[in-house]
Amino acid sequence: MVDLRVDIGGLELKNPVATASGTFGFGEEFADFIDLNRLGGIFVKGLTMKNREGNDYPRMAETASGMLNAVGLQNKGIDFFIDTIYPNIKKYNTEIFPNINGSIVEEYIAVAEKLNEVDGINSIELNISCPNVKEGGMAFGVSCPSAIAVTQAIRDVYDGTLIVKLSPNVTDITEIAKGVEGAGADAVSLVNTFLGMAIDAKTRKHLLSTITGGLSGPAIKPIALRMVWQVYNAVKIPIVGMGGIMNATDAIEFMLAGSSAIQVGTANFIDPQVSIKILEGIEDYCKQNNISAVKDLIGALED
Amino acid sequence: MKKVQDFKVKEYDWLNADNYILTLISNDEIPEIKPGNFAEIKVPNAEDVFLRRPISVLDVDYVNKEISFYIKAIGKGTKKLGSLNIGETVNIVYPLGNHFNIDDDKKVLIVGGGSGIAPFVTLGRELKKKNIETVFLIGGRTSNDIFLTDEFSKYGKVEVTTEDGSRGEKGLVTQHTVFQGNFDFDKVYTCGPDPMMKAVAKIADANGVECEASLENMMACGIGACLCCVTPTKNGNKVVCTEGPVFNTKELSW
Repeated sequence: MVDLRVDIGGLELKNPVATASGTFGFGEEFADFIDLNRLGGIFVKGLTMKNREGNDYPRMAETASGMLNAVGLQNKGIDFFIDTIYPNIKKYNTEIFPNINGSIVEEYIAVAEKLNEVDGINSIELNISCPNVKEGGMAFGVSCPSAIAVTQAIRDVYDGTLIVKLSPNVTDITEIAKGVEGAGADAVSLVNTFLGMAIDAKTRKHLLSTITGGLSGPAIKPIALRMVWQVYNAVKIPIVGMGGIMNATDAIEFMLAGSSAIQVGTANFIDPQVSIKILEGIEDYCKQNNISAVKDLIGALED
Repeated sequence: MKKVQDFKVKEYDWLNADNYILTLISNDEIPEIKPGNFAEIKVPNAEDVFLRRPISVLDVDYVNKEISFYIKAIGKGTKKLGSLNIGETVNIVYPLGNHFNIDDDKKVLIVGGGSGIAPFVTLGRELKKKNIETVFLIGGRTSNDIFLTDEFSKYGKVEVTTEDGSRGEKGLVTQHTVFQGNFDFDKVYTCGPDPMMKAVAKIADANGVECEASLENMMACGIGACLCCVTPTKNGNKVVCTEGPVFNTKELSW
């Protein structure tokens, strides 16, 4: 038996495999395909204070080993989540992580205050890295002072485990990571998508309604892995790593680079059962390598 | 219940150089598939095709565990799907999306164009079972773009329009004589290019009958998780893969 438990800033997950916000709906979309109870956690679709319609279609473009999206945080608002969605998904024996967003700091605060009162929710992922909204989103995550300010504001009103989701669209991600650590984050998750663009040479038109969008998938994996490793060497708080993880080997690499847990994102679109396959693959790897506790893999990169 | 299932390529039926019917066979049971449902097909051994391809189900044989798809080879994914070896494994996620609704109608009209004709074989069969008289109106640029008419003729009368007049009446589907004179259809079903569906919906609306259209938006997940395939409706953006692909056209912001 491999001990699969990991700790994320004081919150214990039964295993390190979670699903990434925006790629897994609210979990139930995958209930026909996998046993959701086996997941370490589900980071649900990004939430805002009020209903958001998101960006115009087209919102997606396939790229080499990846895809661009420009969904723009379409969701029915925090009250709909708390009153209608959460009661249906709280029965699952997995950690539910709301991913919170705002155009202004006050919106983030209002959403966090509401979630602070919900029984069963022990943690939130503060998203300061969405590249697809005109106001807020990534704007908070690409400068140190604003990342620190919003993290501090949420720390003041939120009692549970606070995970801050970082943008890779910065010159030095370690500066932002250190900043939010100092502002009271219990953990960081990284990376969100890379700002990208796609053009149709035939029509000379852009392929996304927003022109630019967020790149995800295996195309970004080496950069994401490098950023996890850099952040692991810069902060003391745990890291939830992600960025193009397609299989168990990718997930193990992210743990070796310093992730305490990982999120499976775009891979869920290709194989709706991939998260469980990754979990089983990590367990097999541990058995084959005589590793009794999966946490021994965290940052275990050798010279 | 939706499932992920491995099939093997059983056969190809090439309708012309760019259009084919792909028939897959499995060892496992096939769940109930309704007219309008689609599958997300993983293109095997294609490094440059990252996402699955959403394709309407053409037909299904529950006894022999076979499923077929009518595919137009237009992009790298649909081209690669047309060049697999017999016996090669193909993984699909299905059945996805909602379906066409069959009411207590006397007579209905089905208007299809391009690859949008695929769902109308199973729909036509179901309509015939309910003794609903069906007229199929199939449009294309030339006679080389008109497919499956023999199949449709098993379930109703088939009318054809081509833009160059090489088969059936010359012109667009909306110019066909079926729309002239007394409009005696109780409902219209349509699938094909957006401008065609919009024009058809307008005619249905003008005649006070319901119109159901199946949209072909680009998708990533196919199961309502990514929200990439939305269409604007009178009630906000709706997710085509789960809230559609079939919509009552009155609901759409066309």
